[in-house]
Amino acid sequence: MSADFLYGIEVIINGLMAGVLYALVALGFVLIFKASGIFNYAQGVMALFAALTLVGVMEGQVPFSHVINAVFGTEIHHFGWEVPALLAIFVTLLVMILFAWLVQQLVFRHLVGQEPIILFMATIGLAYFLEGVGDLMWGSEIKTLALGLPQGGSLVVEDWTAGLGGDDFYGFFIDKLDMVATLVAIVLVAGLIGFAQYTKQGRAMRAVADDHQAALSVGISLNFIWVLVWSLAGLVALVAGVMWGAKSGVQFSLSLIALKALPVLMLGGFTSIPGAIVGGLIIGVGEKLFEYMIGPMVGGATENWFAYVLALLFLVFRPQGLFGEKIIERV
Amino acid sequence: MLDEGYVTADGRQIGGVMMDMRGITLRFGGVEAIKNISFDIREGEIRAIIGPNGAGKSSMLNVISGFYNPQEGEVWFHGKRRPPMKPFQVARQGIARTFQNIALFEGMTVLDNVMTGRLTQMKSGMLAQAIWKGKAEREETANREIVEKIIDFLEIQAIRKTPVGRLPYGLKKRVELARALAAEPKLLLLDEPMAGMNVEEKEDMSRFILDVNDEFGTTIALIEHDMGVVMDLSDRVVVMDYGRKIGDGTPDEVRNNQEVIDAYLGVAHD
Repeated sequence: MSADFLYGIEVIINGLMAGVLYALVALGFVLIFKASGIFNYAQGVMALFAALTLVGVMEGQVPFSHVINAVFGTEIHHFGWEVPALLAIFVTLLVMILFAWLVQQLVFRHLVGQEPIILFMATIGLAYFLEGVGDLMWGSEIKTLALGLPQGGSLVVEDWTAGLGGDDFYGFFIDKLDMVATLVAIVLVAGLIGFAQYTKQGRAMRAVADDHQAALSVGISLNFIWVLVWSLAGLVALVAGVMWGAKSGVQFSLSLIALKALPVLMLGGFTSIPGAIVGGLIIGVGEKLFEYMIGPMVGGATENWFAYVLALLFLVFRPQGLFGEKIIERV
Repeated sequence: MLDEGYVTADGRQIGGVMMDMRGITLRFGGVEAIKNISFDIREGEIRAIIGPNGAGKSSMLNVISGFYNPQEGEVWFHGKRRPPMKPFQVARQGIARTFQNIALFEGMTVLDNVMTGRLTQMKSGMLAQAIWKGKAEREETANREIVEKIIDFLEIQAIRKTPVGRLPYGLKKRVELARALAAEPKLLLLDEPMAGMNVEEKEDMSRFILDVNDEFGTTIALIEHDMGVVMDLSDRVVVMDYGRKIGDGTPDEVRNNQEVIDAYLGVAHD
């Protein structure tokens, strides 16, 4: 096999792994959109907030310490203990569930039946509010997320594949963190699909996504389901925040991963879980391959815009996405 | 309860009052959809609500099922006054319903749709469900058995795995009835179960309604336009017109009520 061909395969593998993470973020959007028709602009900030909370809990930081110190003139910053990673993840998950409940009780409960644009505006407000709360709770400096996840290229994979392509080929370069992230994302996505397909709450969730009136008539509490989907979106945000945070530090730019999910949603459709997955993979592979093959001809950095151009093309030729429900207007 | 019910013409024993509507008034802004209406539904009977278009029949059904809360009046269920409730809470009390313009989960299969009807009967917690062990699994199996029985009963075995969106109208109506039955309701509310059906489909549906009442002892309240069907099916009939109650009694009594005849045939004003 020629080296060029093998490098192409390496690019595809890396693209697939990036795509799984895109799919994960997009899934957070789809869950909420399907069940309540809300396009949750705050999804990215939720990932940031979850990562901030996780770091804060692990390091034993006192939440709102800046505020407390400013008001009472104290000098407290840390509890003086460190929380093991697994326990900290669990605590963070509880915080995200509490957040979901508060969002439903304080905001969206009062906006039932409003126009989609109003719901969207509410989530924009929510995004900026949550960003502020995150800063206030945990401080605004850049933090490192030391979960002990493996970093750097995998030597095993490199050695193992080095012999494939003759003298010009040095083996696949696969980042170990990417491999872990891919694995976790696959497990989470499979878990979510299983939950939706085979459990009572999952069935209720699909029912609410399909028809609110009918769901009410079989005894489903819409409020409960909405708290549930926001909690699940919080879980997805936590995982996305952890994976991205471990890669490039926990800081404001983390919330921008949500923007990466937009083209995925255009491709996959806002209402389809398989769509989010396939869309994520297509964008992941597409942008890496494009950068590898066309990038050098146009001066590189195509990864910044490729996904959006692809999304635009989809908007023109297939606005409902690959798997979204086709919109047929009755006349 | 003192009053013990009555025996129908075909010899069925009807029990005491199950649902008692007292002085219900429902307004939408300035429009009074229901004006001070009282009537009761008794254990085991088939009760019809009839009336011309816009009489407020569907509104009345929506009050019973909690989709509307009336401004005035009281709803008594099983001898207790019911506080204002959300529709899902009413459903959990054992009141199932179908809709005039079919409200099914179009993207789900027939089997899944009917299974959602079991949600009120499933007790195992979320964690058990998520982990999918022991109790939750046994519960799912038990519920599946009941659902399969209902599917057999309504003769929709052949379409069990078909997504509901692909079914013709008449079958959708039947699936909706199956979903309501799956909840094993004490009171079943049917909003125009035969609207838009041909004669044959109407006969089938009538037979199912009678069988449900007969085999499961389910109390049924239904809205219907087809007078022939109503008179054949129901034990007692409430007649509404412009939000008022203009008649209440057995089909024969109602048929001979002058006000009812006027409402249906129109009357010359001079």
